[in-house]
Amino acid sequence: MTGDVLNDFCIQAATVNGSGSQSSNLVITKALFHMGIPVAAKNVFPSNIEGQPTWYDIRVTPQGYQARKRTVDILIAMSPATWERDAANVRPGGAVIHEAALPRFGAADRDDVSWYPVPFARLAREKLEAKPDLRKYLQNMIYVGVLAELIGLDPVAVEQGVRDQFRTKPKAADLNLAAVQIGVDYTRDNLVKTDPFRLAPMDGTRGTVLLDGNRAAALGSLMAGCTVLAWYPITPSSSLCEAFIGYAERYRVDAATGERRFAAIQAEDELAAIGIVLGAQWAGARAMTATSGPGISLMAELTGLGYYAEIPAVIFDIQRVGPSTGLPTRTMQGDLSFVHTLSHGDTRHPVLLPGTVIEVYEDAQLAFDVADRLQTPVFVLSDLDLGMNLWMTAPLPYTERAVDRGKVLDAEALEQVAEWGRYRDVDGDGIPYRTLPGTANPRAAYFTRGSGHDEHALYTEDPDVYQANVERLRRKIEGARTLLPAPLIEEAGNRVAICAYGSTHHAVVEARHQLAEHGVETDYLRIRGLPLHPAVAEFITRHDRVYVAEQNRDGQMEALLRQELPGELADRLRSVRHFNGVPIDAEAISDPVLAGELAQREPADQQTVETDRVPVG
Amino acid sequence: MAVAIEKLNRLGLTRDDYKGAHTTLCAGCGHNSITNHIVKALYESGIEPHLLAKMSGIGCSSKAAAYFVEHAHGFNGAHGRMPSLATGAKLANRDLAVFGVSGDGDTASIGLGQYCHMIRRNVDMTYVIEDNGVYGLTKGQFSATADLGSRPKRGPANLYEQIDVCALGIELGASFVARSFSGDGKQLVPLLQAAFAHRGTAVLDVISPCVTFNDHEGSTKSYAYVKDHDAPVNTPDYIAPQEEITVDYEPGTAQDVELHDGSHIVLRKIGPDHDARDPIAAMRILFEARHSREIVTGLLYVNPESDDLCTRESLPARPLAQLPVEELRPSREQWDALMAGLA
Repeated sequence: MTGDVLNDFCIQAATVNGSGSQSSNLVITKALFHMGIPVAAKNVFPSNIEGQPTWYDIRVTPQGYQARKRTVDILIAMSPATWERDAANVRPGGAVIHEAALPRFGAADRDDVSWYPVPFARLAREKLEAKPDLRKYLQNMIYVGVLAELIGLDPVAVEQGVRDQFRTKPKAADLNLAAVQIGVDYTRDNLVKTDPFRLAPMDGTRGTVLLDGNRAAALGSLMAGCTVLAWYPITPSSSLCEAFIGYAERYRVDAATGERRFAAIQAEDELAAIGIVLGAQWAGARAMTATSGPGISLMAELTGLGYYAEIPAVIFDIQRVGPSTGLPTRTMQGDLSFVHTLSHGDTRHPVLLPGTVIEVYEDAQLAFDVADRLQTPVFVLSDLDLGMNLWMTAPLPYTERAVDRGKVLDAEALEQVAEWGRYRDVDGDGIPYRTLPGTANPRAAYFTRGSGHDEHALYTEDPDVYQANVERLRRKIEGARTLLPAPLIEEAGNRVAICAYGSTHHAVVEARHQLAEHGVETDYLRIRGLPLHPAVAEFITRHDRVYVAEQNRDGQMEALLRQELPGELADRLRSVRHFNGVPIDAEAISDPVLAGELAQREPADQQTVETDRVPVG
Repeated sequence: MAVAIEKLNRLGLTRDDYKGAHTTLCAGCGHNSITNHIVKALYESGIEPHLLAKMSGIGCSSKAAAYFVEHAHGFNGAHGRMPSLATGAKLANRDLAVFGVSGDGDTASIGLGQYCHMIRRNVDMTYVIEDNGVYGLTKGQFSATADLGSRPKRGPANLYEQIDVCALGIELGASFVARSFSGDGKQLVPLLQAAFAHRGTAVLDVISPCVTFNDHEGSTKSYAYVKDHDAPVNTPDYIAPQEEITVDYEPGTAQDVELHDGSHIVLRKIGPDHDARDPIAAMRILFEARHSREIVTGLLYVNPESDDLCTRESLPARPLAQLPVEELRPSREQWDALMAGLA
């Protein structure tokens, strides 16, 4: 059986956080990538700095599936606290590489997996010439060597991975390579391979790069000409802001004068972060903030001000598990309905729903244009999975396109306008013309306020004026339906379809293949923004049943669709929900869809469809 | 027929050019007096109306931003959030003269956090607190600057300690802290002019009695009380850049402070000797006044050398809002190198 599962399995490293295992896992991920084998990495980590269990799933598939896989084929067990549970999770026929000191009893005592005990701690102590505090980190690099030798990670690719990881520290790279070699040597001399998993070089990663969504968002903001960032640190959005600062320091600092063509302010809280963004946008700079659920809650107040006073803003929400503090380091699509109508009173905000890293990059840029065009806060909804994990993606294309700053009248343009009112709908699209503070024309000035105002921005409580104004705002945001990207549709005349958005996409890709294998062919609708594009309803019209897959408890997108669609179309919707905090996997979609489709069929037909699956919430 | 000759300032503008919408505040409100002093100070200093950004929060005081300089952009934001909006505006366009108008509830209650962090960052702006110790728009509840034991119009006396926004400001590293009284234009106008000239956050806490809800016997913010307990430590004279100091000050009777733009504020000393460059001395007189239940007014503390936010952030002279996008993107070569590094 040895070696008959090629390039198609999932490795789970169960380690203790703060022990340097992240470096080891990245080295494995990059080595696989350098071998041309499509790889997907998911970091399932604790809200903690040191000493708690953490898992890193590295999946390889010839098809390039990017979703998480539920089953573990190869376990690297370094975490005593979760050892029994981790060992029990390995699928029959799998393999366990473990610290030899971990006792094999209880759930860890099974004979249907291959056991590879390795005395990591002893090897590190005896063979590594390093200070004791460094040894803790290097110990984890030894398992890279063990794994490499067992499954056939190319040593050249491993070295490349290590050199990548320690690019700025050649000495550390040498030390880590020595640790890897200890693992290789030990395995060669002491272990006999009895598992079926092996790697062979492929050509499946050419023309791609490894990148996380948060860095893509930072780069998109950079290319959009964002000059003001205001933020409050919060997982999982901090890395977006830190990436923006890093890139801006690289590309926006004048070498001669030290002048910085950006301002990045770490605010005292998210109330101030959004306040700084709105103030900067009001004064004409492109400004953004990035946060997650708890920060969104605090931003509710000023988002309403931005909507009503008509000030652009770009807000990245890298969703995590709520409510309240929730699970800060786990992923969810739980903020959808909240951000869409954030703040009190009647509000509605455009929401961009990127599903891939490259879409995050494109949406980041588009968000600034839409915010300027509509003069309103725009949300980009990402999540921890898309934002913080490494994804294989085409390189981000360089942007040369001009930015759309919307309807801004400068001093000269004002001269050409007979009558100007800040909130007058001149063009019939609900979008008024604005001026910026500092415009050298006495007619430019107006008084911005979050209280009732007329077309000339003067205070009023007049019922008709209020109603006409908020009606105009409604029409203005309606325009977003066609300003935001159209849904992505894959259609082949099937009666059954899957609908998803955001990072759920990657599980859908795989789920559709699984369903097809079971005789259920599906069409696919991927929503890219709110308010909904007209093509969404049209697509649903052409299908009998549409399974809306999403990562939250209450089926928030499904509810939004129901609210908007006529009853006859709403009845065609089925909700598929996954909400345990770990990224959604394909079975979480294919199982319930298959069950649903089986229920549709005649009893006689049912018997012909084989399934060993149970629907999962 | 006699022709009235209107006086013009250095920009050739009249005082009327600095007026705004008609006030909707109560007749006799201290805030209206402050508005008049603001108009005078802006006119005297010759602030460009189109470069002025009038920022305010919510409350009676914050309405006042509409009552001066009609031809300046204004922003009546959200309750207690004006400092962050002003911070963003200044970062975006450092050419703007940012003028904040707030109240005691807006600053010391709901907005205390933002007030503190504005000072910490030394945002270059004038920040006027029109301080009457009560919420006017919601009909007379105490704010956090109300003194312990001060009596409301109805009901029991205030049970809680007051927050002294001046002492707090100094503690937070503020670079310009003054206290004044709405009825004392002679003191307030030069203080405002010095505040415009100062580079950094200039806090002016202006006691401004509320004629409707806090002007009765037993209130420590009534006209009568403030007049009786006003204890000025200095009387400021503002001298614009390039202007000569023409008044002779007796040696030891005045402190001359040069501000960032070359203007001067000369502080004629009154009462106990106070060094406005000494934060500890300022804290001492504020602390003593708290216990003697007096109101010390004048320029309490100034540090013209403190770097403001835009300086600390090394922003270019050209406002961020005016940088073309081409200057904000990496080059194609830099981009390609970046992408190559990700493979």
